[in-house]
Order: sequence, then structure tokens, then C-alpha cells
Amino acid sequence: MKTVRIIPRLDIKGPNLVKGIHFEGLRVLGKPEDFARYYYETGADELIYVDAVASLYERNSLLEIIERTSREIFIPLTVGGGLRTIDDIRTVLRAGADKVSINTAAIKRPELIRDASHSFGSSTIVVSIEAIKKPDGSYEAYTEYGRESSGVDAVEWAKRAVDLGAGELVVTSIDREGTGKGFDIGLTRMIAESVPVPVIAGGGAGDAADILSVIKEGKADAVSIASVLHYNYFRKLSYGKKEFSDEGNTEFLKRGSDRSGIEGLTIGGIKDYLASNAAGCRI
Amino acid sequence: MIAIVDYGLGNLFSVKHALNAVGAQAEVTSSCDDVMKADAVVLPGVGAFGDAMDSLKKMGLTGALKDFVSTGRPVIGICLGMQLLMSESFEFGRHEGLGFISGKVVRFEDPKDGDDILKVPEVGWNRIKVLEGRGEKVYEGVKDGSYMYFVHSYYVVPEDAAVAMTVSRYGNMEFCSSVRNGNIIAFQFHPERSGKDGLAIYRNLMTIIYEKTKGKQG
Repeated sequence: MKTVRIIPRLDIKGPNLVKGIHFEGLRVLGKPEDFARYYYETGADELIYVDAVASLYERNSLLEIIERTSREIFIPLTVGGGLRTIDDIRTVLRAGADKVSINTAAIKRPELIRDASHSFGSSTIVVSIEAIKKPDGSYEAYTEYGRESSGVDAVEWAKRAVDLGAGELVVTSIDREGTGKGFDIGLTRMIAESVPVPVIAGGGAGDAADILSVIKEGKADAVSIASVLHYNYFRKLSYGKKEFSDEGNTEFLKRGSDRSGIEGLTIGGIKDYLASNAAGCRI
Repeated sequence: MIAIVDYGLGNLFSVKHALNAVGAQAEVTSSCDDVMKADAVVLPGVGAFGDAMDSLKKMGLTGALKDFVSTGRPVIGICLGMQLLMSESFEFGRHEGLGFISGKVVRFEDPKDGDDILKVPEVGWNRIKVLEGRGEKVYEGVKDGSYMYFVHSYYVVPEDAAVAMTVSRYGNMEFCSSVRNGNIIAFQFHPERSGKDGLAIYRNLMTIIYEKTKGKQG
């Protein structure tokens, strides 16, 4: 039985953990390090950090957070968002990331995948594919945190990215992202069956059954999860109102009550459910 | 000081952070002098075998590593770093390795889980089985069957099966997941990214390293 990985995804804006729906309307939920530590302690298999605004503003505010996280959390850490050059990648790896994920820059300049996998090893280079379903049923890859259409077919791009040296793919459905309506099984399966490397499915986890079906039917090798984990832990946290930076939309946090409507999950709960349904995971 | 050999590839800083977390002083370095002065050397690495050997040679590090091994101080290989310690690899043609452990490095050939063909590289968590009478010191306090984090398409086949400390299974394939031959200790997985069990291994390595150097320093 293959052992699937449960990977919390933390989107970061400035010093804060944020979460949106379809990558929009980002709410501040707290400090990324607090969530990262909690996920590490409760059985996360890896973590993904995404700088939610780097692609837009050409800045890289993640380095300090990466370094602090990498010093206290001993599971693999993938970092993405706004990485454009070999030097950007090197900087993030030197701060303590184990892998990097690239999207926008790779679509604009596919040779970046080849150069980066040659410089740092394929297993360090994760290509992130963020896709929207078209009316004809095919999928188009988007760049700039889901804002810009690229005209590139997501499945063809997946194959090409792997040919160029991508060691893993993160495949996120923008249609499902943040909605809790379940993964896009078709998208995940099409790509997972087209490439020899592991596929991490993202976007849409609402309950443990969604996660099971993207593993069983979608053939995902790993699952990236955000809202259902974040909102669950958010309820356990009690931030003082002055403890976090005011950068971003903090209204939700200040209100102190959770009206997200999203039922939370814990990593332990997800893994127990998977194990009892014959899906292998590290417990 | 523990020298983490920087030959341009690899997750060197994760190794450094893990060593720091168990109280070790560690430096990422590509200097032969630093290597020769170290209490122990960690050879990390991800990437291709041939490229890695070429970089080591170009930087003059193969000679330094050979000299270091002959002093009897510990050398610790991780992932590709483990594979580099072997005599030869068959990744994209045949390449000569450092030859500290006799044996070869071969690719997973169509590993299967029932009818499903498994992905290569293997990326993720897998169990280790600690072999009886071997690796007790390295794995002290780590339960048999613990999960460790692996990223690899190739694995080592030592000539002398007795050097294997642990084995792991990927589908229908059983492979050697760590070795020890005297002062040479190596892991196919990444203890620095294997949670608390991985840190326990680093703690045990510290004990082994500083037991060994105590006599010499004193």
C-alpha cells in the first residue's frame, strides 16, 4: 500500500497566515509559525508555504518565517510564491526550505525548471499547476496566484514540466480552492496518470471523505489542505487583538468568532479516517 | 565542530538546523581544511550521482574525504551522500563513487504494489526495519518500524550484506535503507526531516561522534 502524505498549505501575506476562496478575499488567520508548529506536533507529513503576494509585488517577505520554521520543525518544507530565478531559489533553500515550488516564472520561462533541477536536483523542484476548468472540459493553467490565464493546457504542461525535470507536481483546482466542495478528481487523475512523478492534490478539501476520494479515485500521492485545518486550529487559538500585524484583512480575526461555516478537521482525524478505509498513511 | 560538506547541491541547511537542535556545532563548508579539522563530516546531497562526483572532484573534496575517513573519525552520508560512499553507480551510465563501502547503486525497476505500479522517485514516509545485532547505537530509542522521510529513485546494494543496519520496502522491493561500516554511517532517508525519530538518530550520532573523539582530544 502506498503511504500518502497529508500536507498543510499555509498561504502567507506579509507576516500573517491568510486564507481566501478561489485565491481571493484573503482573511488573516494568525501567525504562520503557530499553525506550522501545531501541524508538526499533530502529525503533518510536510508543510507548504506560499507567499500569496510575491508574484504581484515582486517582493520576498518569507525568508524570516522560513528560517524560524526550519529551525523548529523537522519535516520537509516546500516554499513557493514569486520565485523567478535560480538566485531566488537558492536564497529560499539557504533559509532552510527543502524544496521550492514554481508556477508563474516556469510558465513564462520553462527552461527555469531545467536549470533549477540541474542546479539543485529534481527532487528539490516542485512545479505548481493552478488550473481552471474550461467549458469544453479541458483545464487551463493560470499564473499570478490564479489571476492570469496562460493559454496553456494544464495536462500538457504537467507532462512538459516533468520532462524538464520537475520532481513533483502540486495540482490545485482554482474552481474548488477554499470552497470545501471537494477536490477536482478529474483534473487530479488526468495529471497523476500522465506523469511518473508524485502528484500532490490541492483545492477543495471539505471533509475526510473528499480526501479519501482524491487518493483512491484521483490517484493523488499526497494531499495539500488549508481551510479545514486552519479554521479548526483557529478556534483553539485565542489571539490577543494586538498580537498580530494589522497588515491585510484582519476583521475576521478581530471579530473573534468563527462564522466561516467550514467544519474543521485535524490531521489525526483525517489519518484515522484514511487508515480505517484502507488508505496508507503515517500514524 | 561538524562539517557539512557543501558541493553545491542539497538541503544543507536542514541538516545544520537538525544538528543545532541536538546541541551540535555545525558548519556548512566546501573547504578541505575545515573538513580535515572537523570532529565528523556529513555528506548530504540530492541530485544526480555523476554531477555530484564531478563537483566533489573539481573542489578537491574527494581527496579530503578519503584522508578524513582514514583518520577513523565518523563520516555520515545522507540520501545521495550515502550513494556517493559506494564503489559505483548506474545512474545515467556507470560512475565511480568514493568507494568507502563496497557495492553499487541501482534504480528501482518498476516497483509494484499489487497491480499498481508505484511512482519513481519514491517521495514520502516509509518504515525502517532495524536488523538484529546491527545499528543498535544509531537507532537507540527509535522503535523498529518507525517512519522516515525518503526521496530517491536509486538505492544501494552493499557487497557485504552485514553492513546494512536497516531495510525498507517499496511495494514489492526490499532495499537497504541505512548502512554502517566502522566509522562510516549512512542513511538513504533524511533523518533531519523525519520528525522526532529523525532527531533521535542525530542525538545518537552525537554520542557516537563524541565518544570517538574524546580519547583523541584528551
